[in-house]
Amino acid sequence: MSLIAVVDYGMGNLRSVSKAIEHVAKNSDQVIVTSNPEDINNADHVVFPGQGAARDCMQELKARHLADVVLKAAAEKPFLGICMGMQVLLAHSEENQGVDCLNLFQGDVHRFSNEMLDDEGLKLKVPHMGWNQVHWAIEHPLLQNIEQDSRFYFVHSYYADPSDAGIIAARTQYGIDFVCALAKNNVMAVQFHPEKSAADGLQLLKNFCHWNGQP
Amino acid sequence: MSLAKRIIPCLDVADGRVVKGVQFVDIRDAGDPVEVARRYDAEGADEITFLDITATSDNRDTIIHVVEQVAEQVFIPLTVGGGVRSIDDVRRLLNAGADKVAINSAAIFNPEFVKEASDKVGSQCIVVAIDAKRVNAEGEADKWEIFTHGGRKETGIDALEWAIKMVDYGAGEILLTSMDRDGTKIGFDLDLTRAITDAVNVPVIASGGVGNLDHLAEGVTKGHADAVLAASIFHFAEYTVNEAKQHMAGYGIEVRL
Repeated sequence: MSLIAVVDYGMGNLRSVSKAIEHVAKNSDQVIVTSNPEDINNADHVVFPGQGAARDCMQELKARHLADVVLKAAAEKPFLGICMGMQVLLAHSEENQGVDCLNLFQGDVHRFSNEMLDDEGLKLKVPHMGWNQVHWAIEHPLLQNIEQDSRFYFVHSYYADPSDAGIIAARTQYGIDFVCALAKNNVMAVQFHPEKSAADGLQLLKNFCHWNGQP
Repeated sequence: MSLAKRIIPCLDVADGRVVKGVQFVDIRDAGDPVEVARRYDAEGADEITFLDITATSDNRDTIIHVVEQVAEQVFIPLTVGGGVRSIDDVRRLLNAGADKVAINSAAIFNPEFVKEASDKVGSQCIVVAIDAKRVNAEGEADKWEIFTHGGRKETGIDALEWAIKMVDYGAGEILLTSMDRDGTKIGFDLDLTRAITDAVNVPVIASGGVGNLDHLAEGVTKGHADAVLAASIFHFAEYTVNEAKQHMAGYGIEVRL
């Protein structure tokens, strides 16, 4: 049995994430949505979701004394960052006139330009919302039974730009070729929402539940 | 490689059942929302929209319960609208498992509500639903205005200006329904769709009038819509969502297959 903790720091509804994980976890696994540092320290797997603005996310993490707890989990056990939970792993976000983030990974978070055009010359909308293809740059246990270039559901206006190209796990094309997944040791972080990405999303979450943290 | 155009089946829900009326009258029962949502998910729907067409404070809990049940079994984005009037309504729907909440008449009575809601829960969760009707005479320049009460009550608000204002107020997406076409099965109002889609920098969902699969494709190719919504062609099993996607792919439209 494995204890899977979904970190709750007051940024959006986590029910979808926890329900999706419950749907694919083993019967013996326990899924908890928690803001209690002790629970997170005791968990075998940690999921770090999040939506909303970078400034609010960082404020809430600090107010709940969870920043160090999250970094500790990311240093030692299978860890999955989702959406905002990916972005705040970087050093800095340009959202809200600039916000210092957790700095697990060097690099910045930028906003999509409003001036991007598609192949037909029509304006690309921001947020980038909908199902886009994910092109994986690595092989990884979390990708088992997921085809290259499968589509996942995205909704975001900002994207991660890590300094270390060695941690780039996948890219997606939207006006630019942006980094949509990062992987290093026991950490995987994705910009898209696996909990909203139908069968492939569920497969990724299932792989995560079974993952021992070895890349 | 690019972003897929979304196909969104819409479920009109009344007292916890899926219904579909023609221009909001002649309502026919089309089933249990959880079962219907599961079917659409299995067929490859990119998203599902629920519109609570009988929303009153009394039956608020019914739609909340429906959303909770669907969200436990269907792992694609869910949008819920109908009778959303307060931040409390927005929060309750999001907490029940909705990913986005559509605000319609409450935005007209109080535009600041859209600002407040998007500020509290993020623009990505706030859809503004616009019901528009053509008001220009033939030969005059195109003009559409916002109507409420299922298209019966005029507001005098210009639809294009309204869409731009709502995006400025924090709408993360526009659900655009032509009240002239809704239920008619003769296709989207493509001029309206294109006018609004080209004017705003957030995704626009075209709605109202789909009667066949060519209509869906035209919404994208001629209307420039980012997503297309339809109800009756899917409810009564005239077409599956997958057939719709295959058909659109045949036009060279990017879809998730």
